[in-house]
Amino acid sequence: MHIDLPMVWAAIIGLGVFLYILLDGFDLGIGLLFPFFNQEGERQVMLNTVAPVWDGNETWMVLGGACLFAAFPVAYSSLLPAVYLPLVAMLCGLIFRGVAFEIRAKAHRTQHLWDLAFMLGSATATFCQGLILGTLLRGIDIVDGKYVGGPYGWLSPFGLFCGLGLLVTYATTGCAWLVMKTDGELQRRMRLMLKPLALTLLAIIGVVSLWTVLSHSYIADRWFSGAHFLYFAPVPILVLACVAGIIRGANSAHEWRPFLLTQAIIFLGYSGLLISIYPNIIPPSLTIWQASSPHSSQVFTLVGVLIILPIILAYTALSYWVFRGKVRHGDEGYH
Amino acid sequence: MIVANDALTLARLQFAFTVSFHIIFPAISIGLASYLAVLEGLWLRTGKTVYRELFNFWSKIFAVGFGMGVVSGVVMSYEFGANWAGFSRVAGSVTGPLLAYEVLTAFFLEAGFLGIMLFGWNRVGPKLHFLATLMVAVGTLISMFWILSSNSWMQTPQGFDIVDGRIVPVDWFAIVFNPSFPYRLAHMALAAFIVSATLVAACGAWHLLRGRRDPGVKKSFSMAMWMILVTVPVQIAVGDAHGLNTLKYQPAKIAAMEGLWETEKGGTSLNLVGWPDMKNERTDYTVKVPHLGSLILTHSWDGEIRGLKEFAPEDRPNSTIVFWSFRIMVGMGLLMLLLGVCGLVLRRKQWLYESRWLQHFALAMGPSGLVALLAGWITTEAGRQPWVVYGVMRTADASSALSAEQVGTSLMIFVIVYFLVFGTGIYYMLKLMGKGPSLEHDGDGDSRGDTGKGSARYDHRPMSRPTDPIDE
Ligand code: HDD
Ligand code: HEM
Ligand code: HEM
Repeated sequence: MHIDLPMVWAAIIGLGVFLYILLDGFDLGIGLLFPFFNQEGERQVMLNTVAPVWDGNETWMVLGGACLFAAFPVAYSSLLPAVYLPLVAMLCGLIFRGVAFEIRAKAHRTQHLWDLAFMLGSATATFCQGLILGTLLRGIDIVDGKYVGGPYGWLSPFGLFCGLGLLVTYATTGCAWLVMKTDGELQRRMRLMLKPLALTLLAIIGVVSLWTVLSHSYIADRWFSGAHFLYFAPVPILVLACVAGIIRGANSAHEWRPFLLTQAIIFLGYSGLLISIYPNIIPPSLTIWQASSPHSSQVFTLVGVLIILPIILAYTALSYWVFRGKVRHGDEGYH
Repeated sequence: MIVANDALTLARLQFAFTVSFHIIFPAISIGLASYLAVLEGLWLRTGKTVYRELFNFWSKIFAVGFGMGVVSGVVMSYEFGANWAGFSRVAGSVTGPLLAYEVLTAFFLEAGFLGIMLFGWNRVGPKLHFLATLMVAVGTLISMFWILSSNSWMQTPQGFDIVDGRIVPVDWFAIVFNPSFPYRLAHMALAAFIVSATLVAACGAWHLLRGRRDPGVKKSFSMAMWMILVTVPVQIAVGDAHGLNTLKYQPAKIAAMEGLWETEKGGTSLNLVGWPDMKNERTDYTVKVPHLGSLILTHSWDGEIRGLKEFAPEDRPNSTIVFWSFRIMVGMGLLMLLLGVCGLVLRRKQWLYESRWLQHFALAMGPSGLVALLAGWITTEAGRQPWVVYGVMRTADASSALSAEQVGTSLMIFVIVYFLVFGTGIYYMLKLMGKGPSLEHDGDGDSRGDTGKGSARYDHRPMSRPTDPIDE
């Protein structure tokens, strides 16, 4: 039997990045909503809703990076220099955010500074992630496996817009997460925010989709040529349905529905991205197979991943299960 | 003096800066994890509460160090692609998988056992808890195993072919167990143990100096002094063997470490001190001991060591740097040896806990483990230059096509962020150490571990282990 190893690896990394966006999205979103909530205890409750899981969420990014290095060194070594400054900013944002997360509750006099670090760190990290995704989608100039697009190749209106788009996306899932995890006044205010956020998100998805299709003929071909259109037509329709569901769910008694629907939107957006770039790993022209490391490297690493990935998945599921239910002000426990 | 204006130099500075910060934390976590396992084992065997108290105390410091190690490690794993695209493209097929294994091991550890070790006292029985602690200790060592394998392979590469200008791994066993790996692994593991031993000793000395004489303080000081006494001589022996291995595989590095320009016939002398001058190809202000160089490096009276002039100028590492970094490391090692011996003598005289000058000495030696560790790494890495993969790929070909402004900007950002963030972390660790082990079970941080007040829903992460306030 012949196994297409590069495809297996692309699937693993695709899954890793997806899980990262799915999971770290809502906890970054909490940092984005932070500025709007300032009453005693509100912020700590918001933090407590993700406290036990956030660093596990971030795990997926590191894992994705390491696997990309091992399995697709050419992609790794041309993508990262192409988005150099946003990448550095993102890492610094995550550092600040991570440390602020922990130190906030141990700080008294300096707490407002850690709050600021948390908000700015979350916003920077999110914006840069969007910018990086946008840059990837636009395509990166690679010659002989080397990035040649100059220091500011990432600086484009489209990329910046994607940064903005991701801010809205994460804020929306973060908001929906909090609707699910909190109650009382905090939950009521979250519900109020959810509707405008969801509508903005819809607008942004619309603009990004049109923009990509109009400016990249290869993506337009992918979506609109022949039978493809029929296969892919459900994607936008489902997005619309999800947004409608969120808006209805925002007012109803359903507490977890908006969150699941925002996650569904992320899934749809992400699959749209994959549909647009496959079989490239870096558009417009570097394919999965061209970017691969030698067979022996992929086999060697796969052994470890196949053993450890299921354990990590199981652990992640377990910690979400243990942590289900509402978080309230003054809950015993964290800090 | 290096003038840092080109992208390559800046990238090297950036790597040196970020990895030097990173290595501090894993070294502390590797050493403390094993120490914690020993403490818990002793507690289970003897039932004495002092071990349990010490476990509680040092596990807080371990937790903060571990947290910092993770955050600083994340930056490292992206730096390869961002700054060293040439290296990643050519050698990523070897370094990538080894690094992936390191990260996988670290995650596995975090996912499985760290939570139980730090927060699980009431959720699992003592045996299982001990197992978790052991697994964490072993896990940090496995993490080290992979990353050092990767680094050693860059020093003494083997087990690969070059196809179309790229490295293709052929024999993974040969790659992982490359010739310098066993020495480097042993030397680094011991270094991590020594780092924590010197920190624990200094913490004990600090509290002894301030008049505390409770069992926790005395016990930890005594244990650390034993540890220093035993590990430092072994470290020196391993370092010596490491040097022989380097002489065999990287003779130019040894010549640079010794500031040796000519190949001396009939026995090489050793420069105790001196100032290697790369431009004029000589070492000034030397104090020499005849034949000692041969004796140490070849274990014979008249063994020959090739001088730097036998290597083309473009193949020579910077002798001024490695000459001194090497001497700092060895100097620290000898001072630690002295500390260990003094401790033993005073212990014999029943004076271990009373001698104030010994306590001052131990306190001053607190950072010595970290200093030696960093000096050792600078020797190893700067001595590998101008190669990034020794004899295969030059550092100059390894960098990304970035502009000096880009790399300079990111370097500046990292310097600021690291000093702020990790500065805070280190401050917090020092603050915790300054409090010292509790006299009895203290109410705050440890009560969670002891009384089950915390619930399984919270407290999963290392940094939430200590609860002591940071800013008052
Ligand atoms: C607590 C730390 C510590 C102490 C006390 C020493 N070392 Fe060390 N040394 C290290 C920590 C270290 C290290 C950080 O672990 C290095 C850097 C890379 C490596 O493999 O080990 C190292 C590297 C290193 C190298 C360079 C290897 C190479 O060629 O790449 C040599 C020759 C020695 N050591 C020899 C010694 C000797 C003779 C010592 C006697 C006092 C000594 N070290 C004490
Ligand atoms: C084991 C993991 C390590 C790996 C895989 C590694 C690899 C590298 C690489 C790729 C470079 C850049 C190329 C070069 O300039 O040589 C480098 C440089 C450097 N590294 Fe390491 N390194 C490791 C650990 C360390 C540690 C722990 C330290 C210090 C504490 C260190 C200190 C340095 C320094 C000072 C340089 C710059 C050397 C110079 O440019 O002259 N390295 N290393
Ligand atoms: C260039 C070199 C290095 C890179 C790219 C790197 C990468 C990383 C990464 C990504 C993590 C975080 C994993 C997590 O999130 O749990 C990490 C943690 C860790 N690293 Fe490194 N690392 C390097 C050098 C080293 C060296 C030289 C050692 C030890 C000898 C080391 C030992 C560890 C350990 C034990 C951890 C677990 C966290 C801790 O104990 O602090 N690393 N490293």
